[in-house]
Amino acid sequence: MEGIVGYGAYIPRNRIKVEEIAKVWGADAPSYKKGLMLEEKSVPSPDQDTITMAVEASKNALKRAKIDPLEIGAVYIGSESHPYAVKPSGTVLAEALGAIPEVHTADFEFACKAGTEGMFVALGLVKSGFIKYGLGVGADTSQGAPGDALEYSAAAGAAAFIFGKENIVAEIHETYAFMTDTPDFWRREYQYYPQHGGRFTGDPAYFKHVQGAALGIMKKAGMEPSDFTYVIFHQPNGKFPFRVGKMLGFKKEQIETGWLVNKLGNTYSGSSPLGLTAVLDIAKPGDKILLVSYGSGAGSDAFILEATKRIEEVQDLAAKTRSILEKNKKYLEYGEYAKFRRKIRKAE
Amino acid sequence: MRDVAIIGIGMTKWGELWEKSLRDVFVESALLAVEESGVDKIDSMYIGSMSSGIFVGQEHIASLLADYMGVNPIPATRVESACASGGIALRQAFIEVASGMSDVVLAGGVEKMTDVDGYQATYALGTASDQEYEGYHGITFPGLYALIARAHMEKYGTTREQLAMVAVKNHHNGSLNPLAQFPFEVTVEAVLNSVMVADPLRILDCSPITDGAAAVVVCPAEMARTLGKPVIKITGSGHATDAIALSSRKDITWLEAVYQSGKKAFDMAGKSPKDIDIIEVHDCFTIAEICVLEALGFFEKGKGGQAVERGQTSMDGDIPVNPSGGLKSKGHPVGATGIAQIVEAVKQLRGEAEKRQVKDARIAMTQNMGGSGGSSVVHILERE
Amino acid sequence: MPTPSRYWREIPQRYRLEANACKSCGIKFFPPRQICPECGNKELEPDKLAEKGKILTYTVIRVPPHQFVDQAPFAVGIVELEDGVKLTGQIVDCDFEDLKIGKEVKIEFRKISQEGESGILCYGYKFVPV
Repeated sequence: MEGIVGYGAYIPRNRIKVEEIAKVWGADAPSYKKGLMLEEKSVPSPDQDTITMAVEASKNALKRAKIDPLEIGAVYIGSESHPYAVKPSGTVLAEALGAIPEVHTADFEFACKAGTEGMFVALGLVKSGFIKYGLGVGADTSQGAPGDALEYSAAAGAAAFIFGKENIVAEIHETYAFMTDTPDFWRREYQYYPQHGGRFTGDPAYFKHVQGAALGIMKKAGMEPSDFTYVIFHQPNGKFPFRVGKMLGFKKEQIETGWLVNKLGNTYSGSSPLGLTAVLDIAKPGDKILLVSYGSGAGSDAFILEATKRIEEVQDLAAKTRSILEKNKKYLEYGEYAKFRRKIRKAE
Repeated sequence: MRDVAIIGIGMTKWGELWEKSLRDVFVESALLAVEESGVDKIDSMYIGSMSSGIFVGQEHIASLLADYMGVNPIPATRVESACASGGIALRQAFIEVASGMSDVVLAGGVEKMTDVDGYQATYALGTASDQEYEGYHGITFPGLYALIARAHMEKYGTTREQLAMVAVKNHHNGSLNPLAQFPFEVTVEAVLNSVMVADPLRILDCSPITDGAAAVVVCPAEMARTLGKPVIKITGSGHATDAIALSSRKDITWLEAVYQSGKKAFDMAGKSPKDIDIIEVHDCFTIAEICVLEALGFFEKGKGGQAVERGQTSMDGDIPVNPSGGLKSKGHPVGATGIAQIVEAVKQLRGEAEKRQVKDARIAMTQNMGGSGGSSVVHILERE
Repeated sequence: MPTPSRYWREIPQRYRLEANACKSCGIKFFPPRQICPECGNKELEPDKLAEKGKILTYTVIRVPPHQFVDQAPFAVGIVELEDGVKLTGQIVDCDFEDLKIGKEVKIEFRKISQEGESGILCYGYKFVPV
């Protein structure tokens, strides 16, 4: 039996409200709030990036896993905002955790799906017996172009999961992946901001792949929506997860616990993984959980988990996701936000 | 060991000397010192300079400056101990003459700081801190002294106003010094309302960025007595080091290197604080003057701020501190500062300090410090 | 621009707070030392720093060195860790008016600086309020 032995989250303290962004661009804030169900989003400080957040989330995962970092055989980090174009994020993470040098590391990139990719591969290596423990992290400091719809949601955060076969807090019963080539969102090399296909990102992209993966994994496992206590879908905005949930036959109550996007924004590779941490924070032994990520380009990874008895022992060993999200917030004005996100052109 | 005396001093106006290069500035003061000493040749020279490499991109300056002084091929050595470079250059000259190795030695100091912008100057000064464990984190020199100031205020109740009074006093003294960079008075209000640099230190708590040089000539006291001028002997010299990282010290408010260097100088001269008529100390920041006076034993630990407030360190107080205006008003071309302190002490002992002359000054002390107290050098000068 | 070697060799300290301690008198050193300045003993053993402590003193840097211009103003402090070791670093995620001597802080992994627009990124420890 393999599964999660420790998990952890990290979210920067800075927030910017939808109104503050809308004010600058003359946009209609109420329509964003109602239409996309977004209120505010997290913003990284200039000294926070995918690597630093991944390190802190992973340290929280280690606190819960209570294992020797030297026993971690793989460190995978998924992000669309790796700080270097060439040079791995994973090596910094592995060094900072003290997991070096006998460790396999790789950086994944697949729009918002890169986090669950890292988890998928780490889990696979554990299951195969290649490694004792594997770490999968989803982390992003994503950027939306100034004034673009994405600017209201592109946020920062990280979630980390250590997989193993002993002392499991959530067993993984099933995995599934669903992919096609669908150019709904992209960023070419040397470009600072991504481009997207507008409404094309909906039906043929998000909805098709999330549904495909959810239906596929439930079929494979012989389960249906009512079997799950919780379900977490990728959260590019507030509305999509509820809509896809409804299409699949899930109830609002199953979705709400892992639905963070209204106060967090879309943390891209961290999005559905952070939702999973929020669910694990309150899960009871025996609770069944469905996780479906989505990454543009496009594809979804799906996992079916079941919380074990140990879950309640580890929930308080590190900061809980909802409390990180709610405590010590600092609201930024657009000017400071623009400075933090390096949107202001300065002298060389 | 032979007795050693100072027979010549040279210093020109300090400030932002846009027209002058490092070599111009130094050679001007050095030639003045040689001329004033009345000797026709020098045997060797020591030059204090903290960071000519960063400030003007020039290392190997001892040979360069000897060349432009026209004294090649005499041995010339650059001395570096951050802001204490000048004071230690004098100590090296003193040791060389005292040992009998040479007779006439020039000790000078120079820094040309305005050829880089403020950020680069801040960086250059910051290299005197532990680069890997202080500088790496973005701490600056005002920042390090701000850490000391905050701790001193917390531990001893030193007030923000007392810090300001150090600047007020030194600017008053400096207003009487024609060579000072900023020869004007400031008020406590002006200090408290000046721009914040590193809380709680404001710009008027900080010594400025300055171009300048100073030089002195030393020789055996026996030889000095033949020159028909007042004989100013170096009777005490102390030099000590401490961890340059503040965090490595047991007490952040205590400057152990200053205490140790002071003790050595006092012991050598057979003197104690009550014997000193005037003192020039390293007031790179207002808090520094307070901590230095405590470490040298002029005031009890934690009482330096009160002493300033009571006027004990003013020109007419118990111990006039920084009659020259100190680094604060006179300026702080880092490597030159330690030598300029000697120049002022000599002027006071000779009775040549004009409007800022301390009456009957016979024994003077100088204290020159590197970094945040990682090095300190103290000298005691006496008029024979 | 410096070669990365200078940054790289400090990684054990900057990322993992690796220290050492004198086998004779037990005093802990950060960064590690080759000889104990207290007792002269040359036998030291690897150790790690505590990750929590209290602010001993602090300041807010308003005029930064050039590589920190984008971050200014920022707070720097000396923190006494639970194991008695004193450490200098930035204090972040804390409003300046909330800085206080004695305030409890913990260590977090952050980006410290970057070498221009094309050089390496430099990481390390900072302090955040508990």
